[in-house]
Amino acid sequence: MLYLYDGALDVPRILKEWYEQETQSNYGAYIPFVGTVRSEDGIDGLSFDIYEPILNSWFATWQEKAKEKGAVIKMAHSRGDVMLHESSYIAAVFSPKRRVALEFIDTFVEDFKASAPIWKYDLKDGKRIYALDRSTAIAGSGILGVKS
Amino acid sequence: MIRVEFLGPIQKEPLEVNITNLSELAKLLQDDAELSQWLENSAVAVNDTLVCSLEYALKDGDKVSLLPPVCGG
Repeated sequence: MLYLYDGALDVPRILKEWYEQETQSNYGAYIPFVGTVRSEDGIDGLSFDIYEPILNSWFATWQEKAKEKGAVIKMAHSRGDVMLHESSYIAAVFSPKRRVALEFIDTFVEDFKASAPIWKYDLKDGKRIYALDRSTAIAGSGILGVKS
Repeated sequence: MIRVEFLGPIQKEPLEVNITNLSELAKLLQDDAELSQWLENSAVAVNDTLVCSLEYALKDGDKVSLLPPVCGG
């Protein structure tokens, strides 16, 4: 289950909805991760672009991996602007036992940072500045730059 | 005709080009100075599937996307 929202996430509502969706599913563990915009380098907030077709297929691959372990992943992300101390990202894993969920939330979030087609911009002095220095090239990048 | 789209922070309008593989696209885009910084660090998708080989054959109607470095969350 992948949920995209315009602007900041309503974290209490989303966590509550996800909890209620799975109350009868017999999962023993619900482990959420919430990403919140911190004040640093004088930014006013962050902004995000998302390319949904590849995000959807990337997420579906992870959902299949989770299913093989009897788990389910839920993820919410913001589009557009998210200001300081608001949240732009929630990932959560439900699983029968805690160990699977603890391991999955770690590997899932790390791959999300490296592979999910989402672009981050700093909002600063009225400008939207691509955060290249904090971004990661997707595996296999650069083939079009190879000179033949 | 192949449609080429530039995603995220690459500020460039889509192109329509007549090419048969990604190797030809590489040569074409390498002539564009404003793209040079992006070709080195962008991933490539054909019809929304990531590809890793320049030999990938293209057919009429295909969509090629360039995906610069990402940072969700």
